[in-house]
Amino acid sequence: MRLHTPPPPHRRGRRRAAGLLALLLLAAPATHAATDKLLLTGGVSSIDGAAGGGLTPWAVTGSYGSSGQWGATAFRTTVVTQDHRLQEFGVAVAWNETLELSLAQQDFHTGATGTALGLPGLRLRQDILGLKWQLAGDAVLDSDRAMPALALGVLARQLDAGGLAPTLQALGARRHGVDVYLSATKLLLAQGILVNGTLRATQANQNGLLGFGSSKRSAHSLMPEISLAWLARRDLALGVEWRRKPDNLNPSILGAGLREDDWADVFVAWAPGKHVSITAAWVDLGRIVPAVHPRRQTGAYLSLQVAL
Amino acid sequence: MSAPRQPRLHQPGLRPWLALALAACVAAGLLGGTPAAAQPVTAPATGPEEAALFQALGQREGLGQLADVFVDRLLTDPRIGHFFQGIRPDHLKKQVPDFICLQLGGGCAYDGDSMKQSHADLKISRADFLRLVELLQDSMDARRIPFAVQNQLLARLAPMHRDIIGR
Repeated sequence: MRLHTPPPPHRRGRRRAAGLLALLLLAAPATHAATDKLLLTGGVSSIDGAAGGGLTPWAVTGSYGSSGQWGATAFRTTVVTQDHRLQEFGVAVAWNETLELSLAQQDFHTGATGTALGLPGLRLRQDILGLKWQLAGDAVLDSDRAMPALALGVLARQLDAGGLAPTLQALGARRHGVDVYLSATKLLLAQGILVNGTLRATQANQNGLLGFGSSKRSAHSLMPEISLAWLARRDLALGVEWRRKPDNLNPSILGAGLREDDWADVFVAWAPGKHVSITAAWVDLGRIVPAVHPRRQTGAYLSLQVAL
Repeated sequence: MSAPRQPRLHQPGLRPWLALALAACVAAGLLGGTPAAAQPVTAPATGPEEAALFQALGQREGLGQLADVFVDRLLTDPRIGHFFQGIRPDHLKKQVPDFICLQLGGGCAYDGDSMKQSHADLKISRADFLRLVELLQDSMDARRIPFAVQNQLLARLAPMHRDIIGR
């Protein structure tokens, strides 16, 4: 009987995530509508929920909360490629331009890939809890110094792979994983150019959507990521990003069929005001399960962020 | 959002910041440190880039027009206007462009205090400073100064946050 069975794992995950979300919102006293940071200097909501570019966390904290202030953001992101669709939402709270706590929920629709694997309608769900500490430097105001802002971050990930879980288990990929990253961000103010470099230690396969590590390789790999953005106007940034990824599932029992590639994007971020920003990008996610779809997955990335 | 009104720091008409500099001297003396004697602000080393920027901003005259807009916005700003209570607008409208002119090698005479002296006791936060930057950006927009020129000026003024932010 359905009524007596426990909720499926992804429902439990959702409930827990909803609880965390409520906690995050409670943690941010809404007494100050913090709007003191300069436009776009909190970045946008990255795909993992932490403030940054589209694919990479930066050494900035989300929201417009500055010294002694709280700020909060919420976002909704959709990525559509030839064969897949990722839907995501999340929230983040930031304090004092120092600490940021973020939560993101990803829902990946596998489309024809799921069907080809005998799992029609397969969706991969991932919850990502992030904590970022901006430990030194100033990305914006120290325009006479080379020293960038530095931030140390952790992303704790949990995957609900649905019907794919036994396959991932057979490949030796775990359902939990933790990324640790160090980001350095500098705004070259006179030129209006923002540079970010991130080093991420990760075990994630396809950013965690195919689990973490494999029976061949379970250790963390150190992966570089780079973002470059040009401030065309105060409210408009154009940029490019590149993010290297591990390739733990290649080779596997499917040969090179689970090979993965680096990610890249070209983005435009527009902030018509301090409460809303819209990011549109062209993304190249490389091959995703090339055993089924050998072509690269490229497409559109659209994200809406609201800030309190 | 109504900021708490600060007590008046100066008598209207008195030379602004003088009382603050004096207070800083007294405080430094009380603490047994070297009295922070008011030192004249000297021009920093500048080159062709600063000269070009000074031209792009319309020299001293253009800076004066910018300061007219900027000071009006500062004094009436609900967030940080209270810091300027008791300072004559006319005085600021002369001091601000003189100071920027000096920083860009424009050869103006600036007879005010250094950034450190003039903001010593104001307990200006980073959030306050960022608001000031934003008001300057708004003022430059109003004066139709190109964004690239704005950023070059901001890049020369932003490091002063270390002398201005006091908490």
